[in-house]
Amino acid sequence: MTEKQRKVQAGNIARRYAAEKRFRLYGVAALTVTTAFLAVLLVDIVWRSLPAYLQYNAVMTVTVDASKIDPAKPAAGDFEGVVKAAWREQLPSVESRADRRLLNSLLSNAGGSELRRQVLADPSLIGKEVSVPVMLSDDADLYLKGVVTGVARATGDGPLQIRAEGENYFLSGRGIDPGAIVLAAGGAFKIAPEGSSAPAEVIAAPGPAAEVPAGQWQLLSFDTPETGRKIGDRQAVWLEMLRDKNVFERQVAWNFFLNGDSREAEQAGILGSIVGSLMVVFVTVALSLPVGVAAAIYLEEFAPKNRLTELIEVNINNLAAVPSIIFGLLGLAVFLSFFGMPRSVPLVGGLVIALMSLPTIIIASRAAVRAVPPSIREAALGIGASHQQAVFHHVLPLAMPGIMTGTILALASAIGETAPLLLIGMVAFIVDIPSGFLDSATVLPVQIYLWSDLPEKAFEARTAAAIVVLLVIMMVLNALAIYLRKRFERRW
Amino acid sequence: MKRFLFAASLIALTAVPALARDQIRIVGSSTVYPFTTAVAEEFGKTSGMKTPVVESTGTGGGFKLFCAGVGVDHPDFTNASRAIKKGEYEDCAKNGVTEVVEIKVGFDGLAFAHAASATAFDVTKQQLFMALAKQVPDKEGKLVANPYTMWNEIDAALPAQKIEVYGPPPTSGTRDSFMELVMEKGAESFDSLKQMKKDDAKAFEAVWKSMREDGLFVEAGENDNLIVQKLQGNTNAFGIFGFANVAENAAQIKAIAVDGVVPTFETISSGEYKVARPLFVYAKKQHVGVVPGMAEFVAEYTSEKATGEDGYLSEKGLIALLGDESAKVRESANAMTVLTADMVK
Repeated sequence: MTEKQRKVQAGNIARRYAAEKRFRLYGVAALTVTTAFLAVLLVDIVWRSLPAYLQYNAVMTVTVDASKIDPAKPAAGDFEGVVKAAWREQLPSVESRADRRLLNSLLSNAGGSELRRQVLADPSLIGKEVSVPVMLSDDADLYLKGVVTGVARATGDGPLQIRAEGENYFLSGRGIDPGAIVLAAGGAFKIAPEGSSAPAEVIAAPGPAAEVPAGQWQLLSFDTPETGRKIGDRQAVWLEMLRDKNVFERQVAWNFFLNGDSREAEQAGILGSIVGSLMVVFVTVALSLPVGVAAAIYLEEFAPKNRLTELIEVNINNLAAVPSIIFGLLGLAVFLSFFGMPRSVPLVGGLVIALMSLPTIIIASRAAVRAVPPSIREAALGIGASHQQAVFHHVLPLAMPGIMTGTILALASAIGETAPLLLIGMVAFIVDIPSGFLDSATVLPVQIYLWSDLPEKAFEARTAAAIVVLLVIMMVLNALAIYLRKRFERRW
Repeated sequence: MKRFLFAASLIALTAVPALARDQIRIVGSSTVYPFTTAVAEEFGKTSGMKTPVVESTGTGGGFKLFCAGVGVDHPDFTNASRAIKKGEYEDCAKNGVTEVVEIKVGFDGLAFAHAASATAFDVTKQQLFMALAKQVPDKEGKLVANPYTMWNEIDAALPAQKIEVYGPPPTSGTRDSFMELVMEKGAESFDSLKQMKKDDAKAFEAVWKSMREDGLFVEAGENDNLIVQKLQGNTNAFGIFGFANVAENAAQIKAIAVDGVVPTFETISSGEYKVARPLFVYAKKQHVGVVPGMAEFVAEYTSEKATGEDGYLSEKGLIALLGDESAKVRESANAMTVLTADMVK
């Protein structure tokens, strides 16, 4: 080898090493980018979903008035009325009709549901006093969570003079500027735009007081101007006053997990759609697993290899790539129009999704059956087993882990499906939790889609939380697939 | 087990459950969906009957299902963000759906909005047309490809700001309304195009129905909440919204005045703000007495408690009809006055 050849060879080697190093770098870079995207996505969704898991409830002592809740017929009782009365007692200084309506609107219109549950479970509570959590409206809840606006409180500097002239109050002191909000003497005021020379707007009537010493009154200010939020200044101040009285407690938002859909964000839950999803999946598994496995075994073990079976094979592979909306159209034409089945029911949803996942299951099952070594089959045949016995006693059990993995992965993608369900009417607002396969139902991804489109701010967190639940279900399914594979896997 | 499952699926496939229905079924517009669902929920809570099922299929899809026939297999109500069309009415009649009751439930305003922190300016429909159409007339009235990229090129009084608008896709009812309420009116304000409308209505339609495709108008998908997020990061950009979204996201975005009027609940229900459309619910009278709760549902929808000025739907962003009209609608809806062919355009 000449010196020149040696040099060229050394150069070649260096180049090949460099190329390999670069390739590894590309690999690491690709992995980093993917992980970063995934992490950003997950963190963002989880972060947005946080407000949905907890909610503020007003925990109040409520007198269960026998005149409003008839002990003979407690189910027809006016629980909302009882709760509202207790709520108004918390702020007796709010008197006018318009103000009371504003105050009531801070409660959810199903605020009495917990009281109702307790009283129906134990009718002896009628006539007694009970302490119950009362649900707030979604806007009040978001305000207390600090999502709507930041609140700053400053302790009053120097004494505050309050001069009462009939219904009017005039305030003066340091920091009493136009528009300022003052908490003093058990009441609350908003200073008029003209300043302290004009009567202040009374947000909550104060007790008798002429001068409030320094340090015993507060100035409130909000980061977001009143025009930019749904909770007005008056409502916000009331909520602040009640917060000072420790009326509110942060509790787990069980509604989110135990209710069906609702147009009131604080009452909307995912149980209805989870039950719907489970029913759809049940129908899908019950139909596509036996049919898919049977088809795979027949095609792989028994079918003659001819033009016809080749054509069938090609078509199964093609079907796996058909967009899911096409299966929805098929479902509409066959199940709804031809068989006359009802719209929006999990049975039809399951049938459509079963058709959709069949090709995937057949392909996965065939691969699993093919992966069983021929020696097993031949040994069985050799000791006198029939072909069918060889397949069912020896090949199928060994192929099961592969079949399971394929099926579970097909189902995991089917659980996230919405497009085919649109056409068979499962993209719908359904309040009642379905109790049978012929009840109207919707599924989790559809619920996410419907909520994401609603204007109310509180649905944003609910949407994200529903996505988190869907992701958790997916992860559990994937973990199950991995476990089953590991548990039953055989190596030769 | 396997045998049982096979049998079960076979039974499921062949059994035809054409049972009587005890639950109202509603289909139709996604714009009316948030309001009808609220009414449905309240109806379910107070009437003791099953809560109606409300599907979101779009206005056109809703009429297709609604008009497919009479009987428990077909929906009882359909939501619509526009009045029923002649073709749809005839389709209904052909399939035996002859008794359709129209209920006007309120208005939905369209707003042209940008980030709350951006500096507001007024626009006219003509300026919006010039900013968004694919082809605009030049000084001689000849159609040319839209040359404007900055607002001040359209009118020197507008700020020197890049034109950037996010809007809904063509499948959306909001888009349809925007085209008819703004783009068509804007196009008609040019003499040359007005003449064209008389001479060649088809060509005129092509002009106002074509949005520019050079990237300054972006189709941002059906989800208005996503557009709100986009606007916050970009004070130059505008979005086309339903008014309910602007009202709900007042801290993030604000609507600008079109033709000198800023959209508010008051200006829309008084008719002062012109970029607004009526919303409808259509009922199938033939189902009264067949499906329980039909009349009660109509009564709930038209009640003061729901569609009145302080009703719970106004909280959801619906703009109520004014006193006289709402009384008239209530009366004719509760009397189930049937729509006749000459009432449909």
